[in-house]
Amino acid sequence: TIREKAMALLFLPALARMAVCGGTHGNELSGVYVVQEMERQRKEKGEGVWPIPVTTVLSNPRAVKECRRYIDTDMNRCFSRDTLSSPITDSSPYEVRRAQELNNLLGLKGSTDAIDLICDLHNTTSNMGLTLILCTSSDWVTLHICKYLQTKITKVPVRVLVLDFPISDAYSLESVSKHGFTLEVGPQPHGVVRADIYIIMKEAVDLTIDWIHKFNSGTVFEGGDVETYMLIKSVDYPRDPETRTLTAAIHPQLQDKDFCLLKRGDPLFLSFSGETVNYEEEETLHPFFINEAAYYEKGIAFQLAKKMMLTIPAVRVQKD
Amino acid sequence: MSSRTNISCLQEAARVAIFGGTHGNEMSGITLVNMWIQNSAEIERNGLLIKPFISNPRAVEKCSRYIDTDLNRAFTPENLSAPDVEGLPYEVQRAKEINRMFGPKGSADAYDVIFDLHNTTSNMGSTLILESSTDLFNLQMVHYIKKAMAPHTCSVLLNEHPQLKYSTTRSVAKHPVGLEVGPQPQGVLRSNVFESMRTILKHALDFIELFNSGVTFPPCTVDVFRVQERMDYPRDTNGNITAMVHPHLQDCDWEPLNRGDPMFLTFDGRTVLYEGANTVYPTFINEAAYYEKQQAFMTTGREILAANAIRKACK
Repeated sequence: TIREKAMALLFLPALARMAVCGGTHGNELSGVYVVQEMERQRKEKGEGVWPIPVTTVLSNPRAVKECRRYIDTDMNRCFSRDTLSSPITDSSPYEVRRAQELNNLLGLKGSTDAIDLICDLHNTTSNMGLTLILCTSSDWVTLHICKYLQTKITKVPVRVLVLDFPISDAYSLESVSKHGFTLEVGPQPHGVVRADIYIIMKEAVDLTIDWIHKFNSGTVFEGGDVETYMLIKSVDYPRDPETRTLTAAIHPQLQDKDFCLLKRGDPLFLSFSGETVNYEEEETLHPFFINEAAYYEKGIAFQLAKKMMLTIPAVRVQKD
Repeated sequence: MSSRTNISCLQEAARVAIFGGTHGNEMSGITLVNMWIQNSAEIERNGLLIKPFISNPRAVEKCSRYIDTDLNRAFTPENLSAPDVEGLPYEVQRAKEINRMFGPKGSADAYDVIFDLHNTTSNMGSTLILESSTDLFNLQMVHYIKKAMAPHTCSVLLNEHPQLKYSTTRSVAKHPVGLEVGPQPQGVLRSNVFESMRTILKHALDFIELFNSGVTFPPCTVDVFRVQERMDYPRDTNGNITAMVHPHLQDCDWEPLNRGDPMFLTFDGRTVLYEGANTVYPTFINEAAYYEKQQAFMTTGREILAANAIRKACK
């Protein structure tokens, strides 16, 4: 049966090297400081500070310096094949140049030389706890890492969000490597580093390194079910038809309730004139990225996901 | 001027302005002011000229705190008297314009009251910011607002510190009042924060209307937090921060901080303790905009200010 097949042991290649990337958005500070701290540790203790080879990267240094999300354009949309292969001219956006640099450093995307794993560190103003974001639902390595983090981290909810892009369409940084995922931790305002959020992110990075080391050393990671949330669609704010300015804010009963169950009749928005806008659809879904600062300009008040159980096989490193 | 019963007679507050967008990414004020520019019904009061105004429109457009320099530090005598030359930072030009429209600062022609609407990433709740401990009108107004908001808490921050006081946008008016509501991330509009700010303003305008109608406000006292010191993050020789606000201090605005209490946590896990001799009340704890101003938080001391009874001057 398919289930039996799924439960069989799968042998996968070792992960030779991992990259930890911070500051892909220059004002999402946990990752900036995790990378800063890891580089300090490497300087102090040498390359053996981690049990596996780790490359640390400050993805968007100019944006980090100015504490802005980006300089010209959102870097985490610059890793599509088209953008990575576009000719660089004087008028090329900074982030496009930098993306190509990162592709040379960590890729080339799609090639056998690409680094094995990218862990891209992000923060959100939404109350999403620790959310692991995957572009695909069929990478057993990243799903196993998610399962491991869910078991080991108990201080905050750990959820898995699957965007399920066709691989050819992926445009984010973590699509450069063979395996990739985003560590998204919130709530944290942009431009702020909160100790509690930093600690969660650091722990998640350390556990990821831990998993890879155990995996490479021959540990069998049992298969099983992983509960994930699959992105269905985005919902914008109510806006004035002419000026496009907001006419409502996220309703106080929805604010901070990421991943709750949204049912027909539940409040979504509270207009400035006091009216409540409710969720009118039949399908019960789960909202997330509720009131993320960076998404106002993308026309997103929140996104909606469907819960999806994925079954993953047991895995073990393949010996040469 | 006071009578036998010690009532201070003050000039009518005829012209009031409400500023939003002094910082272009502090969304409550921007949203309220834009709303009131479209439809001012909610803010209209008898006998009062009330002008809602976006102070830094270019920063609002960009959803950034400022374009060239912080507008809320730009109202210095040097800037306000700077000649109109090319190459002046945008905010300096804007400060001069605002001074022309609502000032001149320090003159009899200046607006009576300016409310400047701000948000903070700090957990300060609703905070009213005063620049003078002797402005009776403002003291009576914040007293009125606090009472009206109860049981919702409204803290009062007094920044009269000779070095740490700064030249704010609102300082153009005779009675400047800062409204600071948090926590709210920059670029985000939270409904509860928006509604709190809206309510504070409603009470403030009610007070002014009552005052202008001749009501006498009896003597009162106001609990305030007076600014003492700015505390920076520990930094390395390159100026990078080496520690974060400690989890025990994070979100504890207005709560006592005593000697020996945790203050910072380094990235490699060491705690840095507060070593000050006296109990202080920190505020603006972990405000995003203050990293570049070398401030992790501000210390304050508690004080009770007394205000005479006030009444609108006759004639």
